[in-house]
Amino acid sequence: MLEMCDVSKSFAGRQVLQPTSLAVARGQTIVLIGPSGCGKSTLLRIIAGLVAPDQGRVLIDGEVFTAANAAAMRRRMGYVIQDGGLFPHLTARANVGLLAGRVGWKSERVRDRVDLLAGLVRLSPEALDRFPSQLSGGQRQRVGIMRALMLDPPLILLDEPMGALDPLVRFDLQEDLRRIFRTLGTTVVMVTHDMGEAGFFGDEVVLLGDGAIVQRGTLDQLIHAPATDYVRRFINAQRLPGTGGREPATGGVA
Amino acid sequence: MTTPRPPALRRRRWPLLAAHAVLLLASLPAVAGSPAPVVKVGSKGFTEGVVLGELLAAVGRHAGAVVEHKAALGGTQIVFQALEKGDIDCYVEYTGTLTQEILRAERIRSLEQAREALARRGLVMMEPLGFNNTYALGMKESVAAALGIDTISDLAARAAEPEIAALAFGFSDEFVKRGDGWPAVRDAYRLEQQPQVLDHSLAYRGIETGHIDVTDLYSTDPEIRYYGLRLLADDRGAFREYKAFVLCRADLATRAPQFVRELERLAGSIGNADMLEMNARVRLDGEPERAVAARFLRNRFGWEIDTEEPTAAVRIVGDLLRATRQHLLLVFVSLLAAIVVGVPLGVYASLRPRLAQAILGAVGIIQTIPSMAVLVFMVPLLGLGWRPAAAALFLYSLLPIVRGTFNGLAEIPAHLRESAEVLGLDRWARLWLVELPMASRSILSGIKTAAVINVGTATIGGLIGAGGYGEAILSGIRRADPAQLMQGAVPAAALALILQAAFELLERFVVPAGMRGHGRS
Repeated sequence: MLEMCDVSKSFAGRQVLQPTSLAVARGQTIVLIGPSGCGKSTLLRIIAGLVAPDQGRVLIDGEVFTAANAAAMRRRMGYVIQDGGLFPHLTARANVGLLAGRVGWKSERVRDRVDLLAGLVRLSPEALDRFPSQLSGGQRQRVGIMRALMLDPPLILLDEPMGALDPLVRFDLQEDLRRIFRTLGTTVVMVTHDMGEAGFFGDEVVLLGDGAIVQRGTLDQLIHAPATDYVRRFINAQRLPGTGGREPATGGVA
Repeated sequence: MTTPRPPALRRRRWPLLAAHAVLLLASLPAVAGSPAPVVKVGSKGFTEGVVLGELLAAVGRHAGAVVEHKAALGGTQIVFQALEKGDIDCYVEYTGTLTQEILRAERIRSLEQAREALARRGLVMMEPLGFNNTYALGMKESVAAALGIDTISDLAARAAEPEIAALAFGFSDEFVKRGDGWPAVRDAYRLEQQPQVLDHSLAYRGIETGHIDVTDLYSTDPEIRYYGLRLLADDRGAFREYKAFVLCRADLATRAPQFVRELERLAGSIGNADMLEMNARVRLDGEPERAVAARFLRNRFGWEIDTEEPTAAVRIVGDLLRATRQHLLLVFVSLLAAIVVGVPLGVYASLRPRLAQAILGAVGIIQTIPSMAVLVFMVPLLGLGWRPAAAALFLYSLLPIVRGTFNGLAEIPAHLRESAEVLGLDRWARLWLVELPMASRSILSGIKTAAVINVGTATIGGLIGAGGYGEAILSGIRRADPAQLMQGAVPAAALALILQAAFELLERFVVPAGMRGHGRS
C-alpha cells in the first residue's frame, strides 16, 4: 500500500532523516514513535508531500508521489493534525464537505456523507453547524477526522492527533478511532510520543532515534526483545506497566 | 404596480429634480453648434492669480466667448503644462518666473528670446499688463515720512545718521537666502545693516509694534495697505522684474479672435496700485474675485459685466452637492482601481517571499512622494481635472491595500495552510476557499484605511481643477476666510467618518462569521 525507499532529508545542513525505507501493508496500522527531533514527524510530512525528500521516493499503491500528481495523490489520503487543523471561517459541516464540493459531489451526497461520518465519530448533529471556535477540543478533533475520512481514502495519516486533549476525552476518542479504522479497514500511519497510545493502536510500532529507524515490531517485541540499549531506555522512560520502569503500581506492592 | 404616485409624493420630489437639472445645465460647457467660441482660462493658486483669471474670464465673456475658468490650479508647473497640453487657453504669468523657472534650462537673456522659445511651443506672450509684482522693501508710512525716506538709495546714502543706523531690518528666511533677494539688494546699494530672520507674519507684527522698521514684501501685497506701509523705490533696479503678462496658446487667435483683440487692450492698463487694490479687496474686504475683477473692468473700460451671483444659501448648497459628487468620484474611482491592482499584488507578494520586500518597498516609496510632485508628473500625461487626481489617489491607496492583503495572508498559521494543501485542494481553491476568506478582515481593513486617507488626500483635487472639497478649503486659505474653509473641511471630515462607519458595517457581510468571533472561544 505505502512504500518509502531510501528517503532522506536535511534541513540547513543537519540531517534530520537518514536514508530510510518503510513499507506498510494495506489495512495495517503503523505507529511512528520516538523522542522529539528523532525524525518521525518529518517522515510523516514526507508521506503527505509537505516536505520533499532530498533522495528516495514515496509510492502509494505502486505510484510514485511527484509534484505533478500531488493533488490527486493527496485525495487518496486523509491527514489529521493536533486540534484538527480546521478552517476557522467555515462551519464544521463546511470544513468536512469542502473538498467533496470541489471535486464535484452533489450537495445531497455531501450532506448524507457528512451525516453518516458524524454518526461514525459520534459528533452531535448540532455541532455540525458551529464554527471551530464554538466547539470543544474533542469535537474539533472529531471534525478533523471526519474531514480526513470524507472521500473515503485508503490511507490516513495522523500527526499527534490526541496531543491537545485531556485524558478522559482522549480515552474516548482513542476507542472510537480504533473502532473506525478497523471497521473501514483503513491503512494508518500515526505519529505519537506516547508509548501507551502506540501500543493501543499499532499493529506495529516503529521506534526512531537520530533520524533513523532503530527497531520495528510489535509493542511486545520492543518491550521484551529491545534491539539496542536505546530501545530499552526509551521503553523504560515511558513507565509502562510491567516493563521494569519505576512505575509505583508495578513495583511489587500489589 | 403601475398606479400613479399620490400627487403629494411627486410634488416633494420636485425641488430635488430641479436641483439636478440645474447642476446638469451648469456642467454643460456649451450648447453644440453655437457660434460662440469656447475659451478655457486658467489661474494659479493665490489671490492675485485668481483675480487675474476672473479678469481674463470677464474679458472673454465681454468678447462673446463661452468662458470656463479653471481657477487656482496649484503652482507654475501645473498651470504651464496645462497650457501646453491645451487644457487651458491662457493665464497670467510673470516675466521673472518665465525666465527663471519655466525656461530656466534655455538660459534666456532677453524677453525677445523668451518670446521665440515660447513660439516654438505654440505659445504667445502678450504685452505686459503694467504692474510688476516683485520683491520690495517696505517701511511704516509714518516712520518713512518722519525720516524722509523714499528710495532704497536713501537708506544707503544716509547710513551714517544715527536714526537711519538704528533702523531694524527684519526679513523672511526665503528673502535672505535667495540670490535675487537680500544679497542682490545689499550688494547693489552696499547696505551694511544686519537683518533679523523671522517669519513673514511676525515681521508684519514687528512693523506694527515698532520692533521692525524695514521688511521685505511683494510689491502688490494687500498687507501694504493693511499695515500702512511705504514701498521704497528700487531706484537702482536691484530686484528682478516680475511683470505680469497674458500667456496664451497661438491657436487662440484663430479660434477666438475677438477675445484676443480685447486681451491686447489690457496691455499696460493695470498699475501696481490697481493690482494692490484688487488684492486687498479680496483678502482684506472679503469680496469675491469675480466682483473685484468686474469692477476694475467697469472703471477702466466702462464695460458692464454681469456679476450677479446666486444667493448665499443656494450657492452653498449647490457648491456642496457638486463638491460631494466630485469628491466621491475621486475617492471611489481611485479606490476601486487600487483594489483591482492592490489585492492581486499583495497575493503575488505573499507567494514570492523574495519579491515581497521589493513590492512592499516600492508601494511604500510611492507613499512618501509629496502629492504636489505626483500631480506635476500626472498633469502632462492626463491633463487637468479628475483623472490626474484620481491617478495620484490610486497610487497612494496601493500601500495600505497591498500591505493589508500581504499581512492577512502571512498571518494564516502554517498548519492551516498545510491542512488545505494536504486536503488535496489545488492552488486556486486554496486561495479562494481558504486563504482569502481568512485574510478578509485584514484586506478589508487595508481598504478602509485607504478609503479614509483618500477622503483627506482627495482635497488635492482642488489644485488641478478636479473640484471636490479641496476647492473650498484652498479658496478659504487663499482668502483667509475660515467660513469658506469650513465648507470644505467639515464635509470632508464627515465623509471620512461616514466611510469609516460604512466599512464597519460592511465587515459584517464580507468577513466570514467564524473569523469574527474571536472573543468567543
